[in-house]
Order: sequence, then C-alpha cells, then structure tokens
Amino acid sequence: MTIDVTKTREAATVPPPGNASPKKRVPQGHRRLLTRRDRLTLGLMAGVPTILHVTLVWVTALASIALAFTTWDGIGFDSIKWVGLDNFKELFTNNPQFWPAVQHNVIWFVVLILIPTPLGLFLAVQLDKNIRFSRVYQTAYFLPVVVSLAVTGFVWQLVYNPDTGLINSIIGANKPGHYIDWIGDPHLNLWAILVAACWRHTGYMMILYLAGLKGVDPSLREASSLDGANEWQTFKNVVFPTLRPTNTVVLVVTIIEALRAFDLVFVFNKGAQGTELLSILVTNNIIGESSRIGYGSAIAVVLLVISLAVIIPYLISTFRKERSA
Amino acid sequence: MSTPALPLKQRTPVRPARILLHTFLIVTSLAWLAPLLWALFAALRPYSETSEKGYVSWPDKLSLDNFTNAFTQSDMTHYFGNTLLIAVPAVLLTLFLSSCVAFYVSRFDFRVNLFLLLVFTAGNLLPQQVIITPLYRLYLLVDLPGITMSGKLYDSALGLVLIHVAFQSGFCAFVLSNYMRSLPHELTEAALVDGASVWRLYWQIVLPLCKPAMAALATLLSIWIYNDFFWAIVLISTGENMPITSALNNLSGQYFTDPNLVAAGALLTAIPTLIVYFALQRQFVSGLTLGANKG
Repeated sequence: MTIDVTKTREAATVPPPGNASPKKRVPQGHRRLLTRRDRLTLGLMAGVPTILHVTLVWVTALASIALAFTTWDGIGFDSIKWVGLDNFKELFTNNPQFWPAVQHNVIWFVVLILIPTPLGLFLAVQLDKNIRFSRVYQTAYFLPVVVSLAVTGFVWQLVYNPDTGLINSIIGANKPGHYIDWIGDPHLNLWAILVAACWRHTGYMMILYLAGLKGVDPSLREASSLDGANEWQTFKNVVFPTLRPTNTVVLVVTIIEALRAFDLVFVFNKGAQGTELLSILVTNNIIGESSRIGYGSAIAVVLLVISLAVIIPYLISTFRKERSA
Repeated sequence: MSTPALPLKQRTPVRPARILLHTFLIVTSLAWLAPLLWALFAALRPYSETSEKGYVSWPDKLSLDNFTNAFTQSDMTHYFGNTLLIAVPAVLLTLFLSSCVAFYVSRFDFRVNLFLLLVFTAGNLLPQQVIITPLYRLYLLVDLPGITMSGKLYDSALGLVLIHVAFQSGFCAFVLSNYMRSLPHELTEAALVDGASVWRLYWQIVLPLCKPAMAALATLLSIWIYNDFFWAIVLISTGENMPITSALNNLSGQYFTDPNLVAAGALLTAIPTLIVYFALQRQFVSGLTLGANKG
C-alpha cells in the first residue's frame, strides 16, 4: 500500500509533459477493481526493477556529474575536494589526449555513417529481391555481428600483425625494416581499426534495413514500376522515403556506437598513440595506475552530454509518435 | 495490385545483371568471411611450421592441436563456467524484471507510465563509460562477506549480473511494453472483472502470449551478455573470476608469442555464440529489429 501511495504522489508531482490527452488503455474505473494486494504486487513489479535500474544507471550517471567537479584519489571520502570547473579546464586546455580522442570519436562516426551504412543498405536492397542463396550471403555479412568485438579484435590482429599478418605477407611488407606497422603506427592504426569496425557495422546495418524493407508496401513498388520507373528511380523516389523511420534508428544507433566504441581499441593497443577515444580515457582513469576519479568523471560528463544531445530528441520523437499512434 | 504481375516480375530476371550481382555478392561475402577463415587457417597450423615457412604458405599438415592446447592449457572450461554463472541468471532476471515493468506500464493507466518507460529506454542508450567511475567505486564500497568470493560486489559474478540486468532491462522493457500494448485489452479486462489477481493476469495471461518476443530477447541477451568485455574488464580484477571474453585477453597476453594458439583460443571463444546464432537465427534477427521497427 505504501508503495502505491508514493507512486501516485510521484504521478501527481511529475506529470509527463503533454500527457493531457491520455489514450485510454484500461479505463480509469478499473483501477478501483484492484485490491490492496494487487496494488502491492504492482508496486513491487514496477518498483524493484526501477530501483535497480535507477540506482545502477541513473544515480551513477548523476554521481559522475557531481564527481566531475571534485578531485578524489578514491581513498576515503574525506579526500573528496570541490574544485569547481578545474577538471574541465585542465581537460580542455591541458590534456594532450582529449582533443585527439574527441576527434577520433567524430571520425569513427563519420566513417561508420559514410561506408558501412550505405553498403549495408545496398546489400539489404539486393538481398530483399529474393535472389538465390540470399540466406547464405546474409549469414556471411552478419557473422561479424555475432562474434564479440573483443574476439574480433584478436582476429584482426592476425590480419594486421606486422611480421606474420595476412596483409603484410601478401604485399611483401613483412621483412624487418620494410614493415608496415598497422597497429603501432599512429597515422595508420585508427584507420586499421576502423576497417574492422566497418566490417562489423555493415552486417548490423544490413539487418536493420532488411527489416525496414520488409515493411515497405509491395503495391507501392509495383505501381512505380508500372509507371515505367526503373529500379534506381523506384528506390530513390518510392522505397527510400518510406525507410525514414529506419534511417532515424540507424543514425541514432551509429552515433551511440561511435560514442561507445571501446572493445576493439582496447584489444588492439589500449588506446595508445593514435587511437585515443573518450571511452578509453575514462577507463584508463579507473583501471590504470593513476586513480583520478574527478578527472575521469569529467571526461564521462563530456560523453554524457554528447549522448543526451542525441538520446533526448530521439526519445521525444519516438514517444510522441507512439502516443499519437 | 494485379496479382498476375507479381510472378511475371519474378520470372524474368535480367540475366547479365543477376550474374553481376551474384559475382559481387560472392566476392564481398568471401571478403567478409576472410578474417575469420584466416584465423581458422592460422589456428590449424603449428607455430613451428608457420614461423619457418611464413603464414602465407602451403600447410604441411593441418591439425586441431592448437585448439586442444588452448582449451587445456588455459583452463577454458573454468572460464566458460564463469560466463555461464553470469549469463544464465542475468538473462533470466532481465527478462523477468523487464516484463514486470512492461506489464505495469502497458496494461494499466498510471500517470507515471510514460516517464518510467522513458527512464528505462534512455538508460539503455547511455554509453557504459558514462556510469563506470561511480559504479566502480560503489562496487568497492558494498561489502558482501560470505556471499561473494571477494567479499565485495566488486570482482564478483553477482556484481556483473546486477549491472547486466540493470542496463539491459532498459531495452527489454521498451520492447516488451510495445509488445504487450498490442495485445487486446479485453483479455485482461475480463479477467480483472472476474476477480483475477494482478499477478495471475501477468503470469497466466500476458506472459504466455509474449513468448515470441521473450524468445527473441533471450537469444539477443545471451549473445550480448556472453560477448560483454567492458564490464568484465573493469569490474573483475582476479583472473580466476573472469568470464571467457576477458579471460581471452589475459590468455593473449600470456601467449602472444604464439599467434596460432591465440587464434585458436579466440575461435573457441566465439563458438558458443555461433552455435546460438545458427540454432536460433530467426529469433536473433527478429530480436534485433524488434526495437528498431518501432522508431
């Protein structure tokens, strides 16, 4: 009972914006049908998962924000000191890894959206034609998505290894002195890793677009071809515009993936020279030798702000559509 | 709309274009498989042979020695066991808890519903690194003497289960609430009027109807949680307690002089996910697109 009281009070104080015209699910009167026990059950059903999720995800996210304005070596709470914006000042002006990391995250996103995304769309369009062996091709492109990024990292190291790797062996650059050091060279390694990232992302995009294409009304396509449009015209003017919801999802997924990128880089070279990423900088502040918690949190806050700038508009549009649906 | 147009269109493929398309698809799918096949090729050969003849060379003999060595020398069964200990409870708990939330927000007209669902959905979209610093500290703070091996939430399977459940339930709650909303209201309304308890509505009426969505999510979650690397790297410090993916990281540090052995280890690590994928392909793919179609 008590749980339910707090729930309804919460409801009264925090009305979701613009919820004035609720679509009726269960009519209001039915709430009266709920017994005391039902209310308790419901309270627990929503309460337990919410407490777990909010504590471990949202409270820690807020704690990250708070810690970003402090300095703390992690030993005892009394060593926490408020330093205002100092962490951010140092981060923006005095950290040789920060701006490269930001730049690499941006590059990561741009590459993912320019190469594997259109490629995934192209493959999806081809495989959607019900051609023979479609399943086999689909599996080949999709396999990298199933294999973990960490394992992927090990597999690609075998490809990039300077003296034993596939690429250098084929192009004859595996003799000492003639190495192309794909993993160690700070001008090359980011691009080498991005090839592996694209390899994986393509299959993911392909599946999302395949699902989107299944939702395209076949009569639209037929009408278009009866009107004499060729394949490209039909795609451009009829099919692609109907894929708009999928495109939104693809965009959001790709931004989030670019911000989350971690495993591949960690396995390759732990984000050393040339492959810095925001996620790697945060992690290095925890599992590295230096335990600079406030500073690490400041980097996390930068990551949080960028992600929320994407997540919030996306969710607003998604939920608005859902409510009007 | 005219039905005869459809088979006609399928029967008259433009031949040269089709051949070109198939050539393209064959070449690219082979290119896509190449890294994995290369790893397999390397893993099947002894290090002594490749170091002598080079990796791009005709093999004298292929054997599974590297696989058996990787499996026995690195105590892989132990790490697979660790992963099971984490993944099984995490998947079950995530499905149970997120279906509870989904039931709450989709079958009743409480005013917190939308807000609650937003909190869950947004939480799952955050990059993990945003929350890791305080989480790491929190895990070090929570003492659980006698309950976990380490005596803390840190460095324990329980800790990983909790964060997986908390994080993944965001996505699952969103997907399941969409699914439950599509079930007819009369179903639960009638039962409610007849005096069925809320728990019975959930357990005996709504949940059985959600089987397809639950199966899809279960497949997806198993692969995601099995593949997790980040949480395990940060929240587990003892090598013994590591799940298989992060243990592989240790293994490769240990055996980095023998890439063939590491390749075998990496491929062994990937086998369970491949089995799940091939056995439950349909569920896996539909799971991935469950959330995406809605957007």
